[in-house]
Formats: sequence, C-alpha cells, structure tokens
Amino acid sequence: MRQFRATGLTAALLLAVLPAPLLAADKPTDPQIAHIAYTAGDLDVKAAQLALEKSKTESVRAFANDMVRDHKAVNDKALALVKKLNVTPEDNDTSKGLVKQANDKAAELGKLSGAAFDKAYVENEVAYHKTVNGALETTLIPSSSNGELKSLLETGLKIFKAHEMHAEKLAGELK
Amino acid sequence: MLQAIRRWAIVMVLHAAGCAAAFAGEIVQVKISDLAFSPAEVTIRVGDTVEWVNSDFIDHTATANDGAFDLYIEAGKSAQLTVQNAGTFSYYCRVHPNMTATLIVVAP
Repeated sequence: MRQFRATGLTAALLLAVLPAPLLAADKPTDPQIAHIAYTAGDLDVKAAQLALEKSKTESVRAFANDMVRDHKAVNDKALALVKKLNVTPEDNDTSKGLVKQANDKAAELGKLSGAAFDKAYVENEVAYHKTVNGALETTLIPSSSNGELKSLLETGLKIFKAHEMHAEKLAGELK
Repeated sequence: MLQAIRRWAIVMVLHAAGCAAAFAGEIVQVKISDLAFSPAEVTIRVGDTVEWVNSDFIDHTATANDGAFDLYIEAGKSAQLTVQNAGTFSYYCRVHPNMTATLIVVAP
C-alpha cells in the first residue's frame, strides 16, 4: 500500500513537471521535444536495467528486456532523425524534471527486493508510461512542427501505449 | 522385365507426386505494420504455412492465447509456421498485447 501511494505520488509529480513549457506560455520547440522524448525513453531503459539487476521473476525480467529493446529502437530512430534534420536536442526544465523524478524513484526502488521490488517497479512502469503518453498526446505531438518528428512521436505513442497495457497486465498478474 | 521397370517407374512417380502433395500447402502472408496484424483474420487449411512479415522497426511476436504457437518476429524480418491442426486460434503480440488477430485453420 505504501508503495502504491509512492507510485501515485511520483505520477503526480511527473504530471506537474511535464507540462512546464506550456505553463511558460511558449510551447516546446522541436529541439526541446526531441530532448524530452529521448530522455523519457532513456530513463525507462535505465529503470529496466535496474529491474534486470534486481528481479529474479521471469515475467518481470521479460518485460524489462522488452522495454530495453523497444525504447532503444525508438531512441535510435530519434537520434537518426535529429542527425538528418541537423537538430541539436536541447536540455530543458521538463527533461531535467524527468531525470530528477526518475533518479528519486530509482533510489526508492533500490532499497526494495523480491516481490516488493517487482510490484513497485511494474506499478511505476504503469504510472510512468501513462504520464509520458499523456504528455505526448496533449503537449509534445501537437507542439512539434516537423512532420517527421511528429510522425515518429506518433509511432512512439502507439508503442508506449502497448507498453502501458503490457505493464497493467503484468501488474494484475503480480497481485 | 521391361514391364517391371515401367511399373516401378510409375510407382516412383506416384511416390514423388505424393511427397509433393504433402508439402504443397499454400503460404499465406500476414503483414505486421504500425503495430497491427493485417489481415486481422486469415483462414488457411491444415498443411498451409502462415508467414508473418514484420515491417516495423521493433520486434514482435505471434503468440497463441492457448499456447499452441509462439513465434518471435524480429524487426524487418519474417517468420513462418506450418499448421498441422485445425482450429481457431486467437493470437497476440506478447510485447504489445493490444496487437491481436485470429488464425482459422480448416481441414484440408
């Protein structure tokens, strides 16, 4: 229960962090959007790598491996695209906020083990994907100017929605 | 003697034809693109082969709900399954469980 509350809190904090560029009146620029999307994927890879270090549960490890593979594939596409477009991803408050939240969560998960870790990791994956997908839908995709970037973000959203469903399914199995 | 050779030759041809028939199932393609199986429902005969062609840049699986098959299909590659049992198989992608489809296999 304590873990569940912590997960909810993380999600709430992320929600507070993600729409920051909108609150600043200006919508995020393409270099900022590219940085946010890449960072979000990279952080999920790191969370999965932590799960692969700590979890012995086959279904959790399989999920973590799926996250590493898919998010790396999307980020490889993103890197190729920014190179092609000659865009330099630009660090910003939203990216920084994401990194801070993820580091805090990793520290929290690092203290857990066994079934408690599995549950907290998978529940955070549900919350994290939900938050990132919400940001993609409401802020990042509508704000992107370049058609190819927008298209990649839309494909990413489809993939990450599938991850959200996968994580929800797994969370249900772990209960 | 000549007749015997002729009879033997005919038997061999029939054997070859029999073997060919056993492997002559059709190959039916299911495309995977933009996180969807297409067509979402295919009907084949026992002995036919389904070929899943993955044109996405991420890996997928074709996993039967009842465990009858579980194929891994790498990004940009394809995987085949020759079906030996009739039945209706609902399947999905293990990595992206919102990708679902149905394979109907009828008697030959």
